[in-house]
Amino acid sequence: MVTQLLSAFLAVVLGVGACTLYYVGSNFLLDLAFTDSGENAVRNSRQRGAIRPWLFLAPALLILSIYLVYPVFETLRLSFYNFGGFEFVGLNNYIWATKNPEFLLAIGNNFMWLLVVPSLSVAFGLAVAVLADKLWWGTLAKSLIFMPMAISFVGASVIWKFVYDYRGPDTDQIGSLNAFVMMFGFEPQAWITLPFWNNFFLMVILVWIQTGFAMVIFSAALRGIPEATLEAARIDGAGEIQIFFKIMVPQIMGTIMVVWTTITIIVLKIFDIVLAMTNGQWNTEVLANLMFDWMFRGGGDSGRGSIVALMIMLAVIPIMIWNIRNFRKEEEAR
Amino acid sequence: MIIRKPKSLTFGKVFNHLALLALVLLWITPTIGLLISSFRDKEQLAYTGWWTALSTSEQNAWGRTGTAEDQVKKDGKFLISGTILTSNEKTILTYNTNFKNLSAYKSGESMIFKDGSLFTLESDGKYEWISQKPFTHKRGKRIFYVAEVPPMFSLDNYREVLASENVGQSFVNTFTVTIPATIIPIMIAAFAAYAFAWMEFPGRQFLFVCVVGLLVVPLQMSLIPLLTMYNKIGAFFGTEGKSYLGIWLAHTGFGLPLAIYLLRNYMGSLPRDIIESARIDGASHFQIFTKLVLPLSVPALASFCIFQFLWVWNDLLVALVFLGKQDDQIVLTSKLRELLGSRGDNWEILTSSAFISIIVPLFVFFALQRYFVRGLVTGSVKA
Repeated sequence: MVTQLLSAFLAVVLGVGACTLYYVGSNFLLDLAFTDSGENAVRNSRQRGAIRPWLFLAPALLILSIYLVYPVFETLRLSFYNFGGFEFVGLNNYIWATKNPEFLLAIGNNFMWLLVVPSLSVAFGLAVAVLADKLWWGTLAKSLIFMPMAISFVGASVIWKFVYDYRGPDTDQIGSLNAFVMMFGFEPQAWITLPFWNNFFLMVILVWIQTGFAMVIFSAALRGIPEATLEAARIDGAGEIQIFFKIMVPQIMGTIMVVWTTITIIVLKIFDIVLAMTNGQWNTEVLANLMFDWMFRGGGDSGRGSIVALMIMLAVIPIMIWNIRNFRKEEEAR
Repeated sequence: MIIRKPKSLTFGKVFNHLALLALVLLWITPTIGLLISSFRDKEQLAYTGWWTALSTSEQNAWGRTGTAEDQVKKDGKFLISGTILTSNEKTILTYNTNFKNLSAYKSGESMIFKDGSLFTLESDGKYEWISQKPFTHKRGKRIFYVAEVPPMFSLDNYREVLASENVGQSFVNTFTVTIPATIIPIMIAAFAAYAFAWMEFPGRQFLFVCVVGLLVVPLQMSLIPLLTMYNKIGAFFGTEGKSYLGIWLAHTGFGLPLAIYLLRNYMGSLPRDIIESARIDGASHFQIFTKLVLPLSVPALASFCIFQFLWVWNDLLVALVFLGKQDDQIVLTSKLRELLGSRGDNWEILTSSAFISIIVPLFVFFALQRYFVRGLVTGSVKA
């Protein structure tokens, strides 16, 4: 254990050392190669200016290419190859996907997740942000609702699996949900295996985590609305509910869209919760879990795994384009 | 000017308080349930809800009497005595020799067996069994009882998971992954972010748009090619494809787009005058970066550090793909997931392990919440 921590510490020292050595060394060499003295001073200075940005960028670009850019194209290529990735099979994997019930189920479930989780997180986040800003203990309340953001998806799964715990109807329940349900005279349920609805019990976990994120962002955005605007509306006789829907929401619409898309991307990649709670059993399969499954099932089928990954990528592309267009607009406004 | 009616105002205020209180309770109850449960006695945890943790609970259980070997002769009679409780925390209310009618005999009352022997169980678990004839049985008789158990809290569950489930080792493994995977990307990203913000070079806009695009590329697209690549490299050097070095680099790669994006936006918003006057004074970009921009960017660096730390600490997918499951590589999230599968009903193990895995991120989170929130907001709020 001690040696392991030492090796981690050593990795930090070596990693940081190597980076420092590279950046300091390469810049020093550049200054040395193109000096300011001598007859070519002006030309040297220009060449230095042309090269230096690339010295700054090189490590980042190299790592991004290896870990993100190359894999995208490689995954695309693999989707046309068989399970081991060495025999071209054309569109076979694609045809398999359109007929595979598991794949179609995963798409259907992901679609439900996409409808439910972002909308509920945004709704709860807005509600808490608006309520908390008016109360003296609002900061504490926000802190507590924000807390699940720090908890891992697996940790959250354990927490909620305990909430959903099921014992037979004749014994004491130890799961709070069943105890709550029995308090009102209903039968306890095995929530996680309950057909169709079990998906929603898994979604609750992600809503529980993401509401805090939405709340923090909305809270900051709401503070950006000029007090004069709100005061003017109040003088005109608008009620708090009218102010919320007719002034606050339209004013922060851009922020709502950003939060919505951010949570959408998280939902598309949702994996840990499903793996930990059901591993896709009882019809709760989602794309990311199916992809992980195919990566290792039967020694790993890179063709089918790639198809599932591409499906997730395909869903992300519209958001990517929207993001880039937004970014361009902002840059022009600068 | 409109004067607001005080009555409706009060009602609205009360509603606000109650609504927020309800939401907060809904949000924290699951975590509190886990926390309380992790300190409860494992038998109580298995039979009663955590909300009853402070009240005395009733428990059905059984114990065995002594055997013929334990008998002593006293006043011409044969006597077996002892206690059927293993711990002295319980108070026995009623008992019987079968579990169908547990309330047959109150503690302190005697029952007569078929062979005429007399059995008495006291509320503290001590029993006396008296017979005229010598006892011959080789196995102790089973006595079923209903007992009252006072609330019991201890650190036993934590001791158990740290000692026998190897959760302590996983804790160290998680640290081993997290620290380098947080520090290395921040250095690389800071240099690139400065180049994007303040240096002139062809393709600057295009490359940064690529980074913005990469922000949302799902991790899943990278897994299969990278795993293949790692296995090939591992085979080439005759080692395992799964190593700490591999996961450090993978987390660096996956964290870079966000790091570059956040830092570039922050550095780009620094006042132009400072940087230009430094240029005029003859400072090179390298000097401006290390002496001027880097110190000014500490808040942004801090927020990214917290992001990356939480993300790496809480990650499961990358760890499952790039690290092994043996004791010296399995991280906390991975361990927790394994325990969910193998010890799914042992809530004393699950609750305490889960709490061990979330204590560090919770601490980081509450200590540095301000930086975390600032990072989130600058990354997301757009006009």
